[in-house]
Amino acid sequence: MKPAPFEYWAPTSVDEAVKILSGLDDPGDAKVMAGGQSLMPLLNLRLSQPLHVVDLNAVGGMSDISRDGSTLTIGALCRQRTAERSADVAAAVPLVVEALGLVGHPAIRNRGTIGGSIAHADPAAEMPAVALCLDARMVAQGPGGERTVAASDFFDGFLSTALSEDEVLTAVRFPVDGPGCGAAFVEVARRHGDFAMAGVAAHVRLEGDVIAEARIAVSGVGLTPVRATGAEAGLRGAAPGDDAFAAAAAATSAALHPATDVHASGAYRKHVAGVLVRRALGTATDRARGNR
Amino acid sequence: MSHREITVTVNGAVRTATVEPRRTLADFLRQDLGLTATHLGCEHGVCGACTVLLDGDTVRSCLALAVHADGHEVTTVEGIAEPGEMHPVQSALWESGAFQCGFCTPGFVMTIYGLEQDARAGRPCPRSRTEIREELSGNICRCSGYQAIVDGAEAALTAATATATTTTEGAR
Repeated sequence: MKPAPFEYWAPTSVDEAVKILSGLDDPGDAKVMAGGQSLMPLLNLRLSQPLHVVDLNAVGGMSDISRDGSTLTIGALCRQRTAERSADVAAAVPLVVEALGLVGHPAIRNRGTIGGSIAHADPAAEMPAVALCLDARMVAQGPGGERTVAASDFFDGFLSTALSEDEVLTAVRFPVDGPGCGAAFVEVARRHGDFAMAGVAAHVRLEGDVIAEARIAVSGVGLTPVRATGAEAGLRGAAPGDDAFAAAAAATSAALHPATDVHASGAYRKHVAGVLVRRALGTATDRARGNR
Repeated sequence: MSHREITVTVNGAVRTATVEPRRTLADFLRQDLGLTATHLGCEHGVCGACTVLLDGDTVRSCLALAVHADGHEVTTVEGIAEPGEMHPVQSALWESGAFQCGFCTPGFVMTIYGLEQDARAGRPCPRSRTEIREELSGNICRCSGYQAIVDGAEAALTAATATATTTTEGAR
């Protein structure tokens, strides 16, 4: 299959991209393309037949990685492979680097972008779960100017986000890990690089040897990535260890009602999400202890 | 849908063409330039048969538009050795008998070639068979000839790493 015909736009600035989108009779007739690694398959299979494609690849200045105190900002057009190999990202937000290693394959990550993966909002994908786990903030530009959206408000349905049809995601801001922080991303997939049947991003902050804060996001178990709020609440103030992690695993599984599909049954996903929470918390805690 | 004129350096030669924006890079190479060794299997980024290098990085040419290559450099499997000769990656795969029907071979060659370029330049590249399998997991062989493909990749990468070591030592 080949893409259906579309009107092609190649703006060279975000302002121009927004102007193109807001100038259309219906911005819903357009798809914004970044790296294209999620959109191109949909176009090739004609599952998506937009009348307009607004290609951001010629937009400059949207690929930078910058650190400002306690915030690491990654431009939406930053290729996943670039972020994965960045010493700045590894030092500030190591969870991003670990999760990127599980996104598709190197040939995909050479084209795929940080912003594209998050804006596409596949609930089985790694980066939306990471953004949700870390409370990342999405920077969006539209006709009314720039606004930031918290990850907790960003993912609002299957392949659906809080972005308006005439808005462009320009950057993602991640909070930088401080002392006592540790994180881990683990998943179960049939083949390295495939969409996982379930995945877990976990982030803990230790004070002494007590969990001051834990954040857990689960992928592949709903229409959006899901925060395991019950498990998080149970971990607050707890001593890290098998008992606390088993309780968090049970609380996570109990709160989930994943669908059955060709890849895995709902019951399997529900079970494996708990197992992955336990593993992720163990690794995250070990890393937090080494980061004091 | 308005056509666009693009200029792409393919295997070292500057090529100009007029393409529809919906033209994939793979179809541009195969149909507009007649470089049919880049194969199309799934056309949605799963099988890896269409792997080429874009500015030195491996990419799936079915998941890029031809217009994305405008002003850039593309290397296909036709361009890694002189006509009638084999690149060391191809020789290593040949020695290992790393093909059955051969359909997936160009994609595997280009993926391994990308790794081999890293090895020659002294950049990190997979060493163990486990790491090699992980790097090759984006390429599917429906004859399931992976054992011999991993053998060939391992031989090619070991040789390239030795070359890099020798070069580095020679520079000291």
